[in-house]
Amino acid sequence: MKQYKSTPIKSSEITPPALFFDRRRFMQLTVGASLSGLLPSSVFAGEQLANVKKTTEALSDKLTAYKDITTYNNFYEFGTNKEDPAQNAGSLKTRPWTITVEGEVNKAKVFDIEELLKLAPLEERVYRLRCVEAWSMVIPWVGYSLAELLKRVEPTSKAKYVEFVSLEDHEQMPGQKSATLDWPYREGLRIDEAMHPLTILAVGLYGEVMPKQNGAPIRLVVPWKYGYKSAKSIVKIRLVEEQPVTSWMKAGPSEYGFYSNVNPAVDHPRWTQAKERRIGEFLKRPTLPFNGYADQVAQLYSGMDLIKNF
Amino acid sequence: MRSFKTLDNKTIAWIKIGVFLLALIPLFNLGIAAYLDRLGANPIEKITRSTGYWTLTLLLILLTITPLRKFSGWNWLMRSRRILGLFVFFYASLHFLTYLVLDQFFDWTSILNDIVKRPYITVGFPAFILLIPLAITSNNRMIKLLGGKRWLLLHRLTYIIAIGGVVHYWWLVKKDITNPLIFALLLSLLLGIRLIYCLRGLNRPLIPRKR
Repeated sequence: MKQYKSTPIKSSEITPPALFFDRRRFMQLTVGASLSGLLPSSVFAGEQLANVKKTTEALSDKLTAYKDITTYNNFYEFGTNKEDPAQNAGSLKTRPWTITVEGEVNKAKVFDIEELLKLAPLEERVYRLRCVEAWSMVIPWVGYSLAELLKRVEPTSKAKYVEFVSLEDHEQMPGQKSATLDWPYREGLRIDEAMHPLTILAVGLYGEVMPKQNGAPIRLVVPWKYGYKSAKSIVKIRLVEEQPVTSWMKAGPSEYGFYSNVNPAVDHPRWTQAKERRIGEFLKRPTLPFNGYADQVAQLYSGMDLIKNF
Repeated sequence: MRSFKTLDNKTIAWIKIGVFLLALIPLFNLGIAAYLDRLGANPIEKITRSTGYWTLTLLLILLTITPLRKFSGWNWLMRSRRILGLFVFFYASLHFLTYLVLDQFFDWTSILNDIVKRPYITVGFPAFILLIPLAITSNNRMIKLLGGKRWLLLHRLTYIIAIGGVVHYWWLVKKDITNPLIFALLLSLLLGIRLIYCLRGLNRPLIPRKR
């Protein structure tokens, strides 16, 4: 009787089980690899970003799970429930995409997303994100300091503030069909806040291209301010002399100020800001002044009344 | 064909069982979601929202019964009020306990601060407290003890509680007030009908009897 003898499989040829069962990673390796030749650069959420340097010191805080970061979002352009953006953001087209930088600058310019992805070395920045609703996450963003972009357009001495404008497109962003907020979404920073190295333009998280529900293809992250200051899906950046009026200031002037620094001592008129629930944890933890970044940013506000300038 | 105006006791008993089972569905759904780890990134918020939503929904269904009886003449409808009212209290208690245990974890200072300083809790907390005497008196012995008229007067608190509950919801929402608005419109309608009946002198309250 002839017996079939199997050739032993080299261990190097065996897919590690963790990789085999990780469907998302499998898909991005196969689909991503086959498409990457056709496309100018990474377009799809879930696709790995190349050459990302880790530049933040590891926080003692544990990273929030990828699933939680991508399924619990405030992105009213796609609906006001936390689950809405993950379900509805598929209609957002992230290519072609440009950011127009204009206003009080010497070199106004329209930046293409491909250029923005290569404007400066990509860094992994692990930041705490504190929402005004008293919950928080720890997110490994990928991006670079906003200052890298701003210095290229040469702000003039009249550039006292920076205004960020998000995409307005009622077809791509179904939530804009209701006037929940005054569209397009607008945010703003003082120029020194915008130039601060902690302030970044983020193009991804967890080493991957930014998921649409998190503000693809490019968004702002200002870790010492409440989450809504970190505008998503930005299409325009204007350098201006007067303090811009943001969407949330228009929506509730007594509840949302221009500065919106995380401050446990100043309550939201309707709820306390003293504590927060870290997503994934049971007991609430105390909220830190400037979200724990006080030693790096508190000097920006020396002499300012932070109760009045909330 | 049998008339729906009067039903025999056996049918009413079955209807009550049906109401009981239906009213358990939201809790059942929460339990299943918790077991399957489908409560999302912020489970405590989800449980709080869900129990609050069902408290108000059941309260509005409860307030629909009396006008519906008046329009239809189906007097037996009134016999499902007690069980619905007790379920309102049940979901409100779950809502309150979620806040007390899961959300605040017995942080009494913080809770006291909330009651004093947060308008939506300032109005929501007493609305819950007022439900307690209504739940305690939702039995035949208490009706007999109080007398029908006094009992009825006490249970008119339901209107105040409902207003408190809807305001509580309205005030906690950050921006999109669609849902609280729907609750507010339905409640205005239900209370408006009562007001019209009252002004026209058509209000002949059904004084509860022992049953």
